[in-house]
Amino acid sequence: MLILTCPCCGIAAEETELHAGGEAHLKRFGPGSSDEDFEGYLFQRENAKGVHFERWRHSSGCGKWFHAARCTTTLEVFGTYPAQTTEPPQDIKDAITAKRPAPRWRDIA
Amino acid sequence: MSDPISALNGARFDGLVQVTEMPPQGMITLRGDLASVAIKNAATGIAGVDMPGQRGVHCVGEKGICWMSPDELLVLCPYAEVGVALASMHKTLGKDHALAVDVSDARAVFQLQGAAVREVIAKLAPVDMDPAQFTPGEIRRTRLAQVPAAFWLREEGLVQVICFRSVAGYVFDLLTGAATPGGEVGVFAAG
Ligand SMILES: [Zn+2]
Repeated sequence: MLILTCPCCGIAAEETELHAGGEAHLKRFGPGSSDEDFEGYLFQRENAKGVHFERWRHSSGCGKWFHAARCTTTLEVFGTYPAQTTEPPQDIKDAITAKRPAPRWRDIA
Repeated sequence: MSDPISALNGARFDGLVQVTEMPPQGMITLRGDLASVAIKNAATGIAGVDMPGQRGVHCVGEKGICWMSPDELLVLCPYAEVGVALASMHKTLGKDHALAVDVSDARAVFQLQGAAVREVIAKLAPVDMDPAQFTPGEIRRTRLAQVPAAFWLREEGLVQVICFRSVAGYVFDLLTGAATPGGEVGVFAAG
């Protein structure tokens, strides 16, 4: 069972109270972008075995979106942080590097 | 003018706890920046209670304020007074960016009474109902089985549940099922 603490309301919510929103920190490429960029935005996703960054929504609770950093193999949660950011905050990165020597995830960490 | 009728017309059930569908309750959803003075005044002016903090609920009788999310409050007042309350709220809010809307008829309210209320709720919601974890004064927005709901302890042994009116029958069946004698678990010290 995955338990994530919603940074918007402070509840340690279990999986069934949340809705998964896919990979975090996607940069949108819309009209006018190159075909490669648009394809990457639409279809190319990290399929991490290990550290992963995701979007979640506290759907049965406060209703807000937030971000979570977790390990897909152990379900260890490194932390959750607000949705209003384009990359993980430093304390989340530190929490990850303290436990995973050299995590690789796109161009972050 | 016809009288307002609640979803289940005051259905009742006596089991491990007493489940009662409550008469229509005035409810106003108020959204905006909760730090704004106008929004605080709009809420407290109607409810006559202090502004609650995160996940807090202040409730006296039929009036109260529930913290629903970082930008949403649920203001409770008597059903018959919603129209007047809403008008006075809009006056207080002035030009502030905010939304206040009457949701009374979209909701159903249940009350659970008895020593086993924590256990009955714990069977249906993914919430730690341990007396040390969930205390009076906190409102929990969550789900009851498959539908959204919110509840709080008015006092020990007395739970108020709010859900959508369209699922009132489903929620009543859930609550009565969880409160059916023979289904005691006795996991919480306080019942
Ligand atoms: Zn939340």
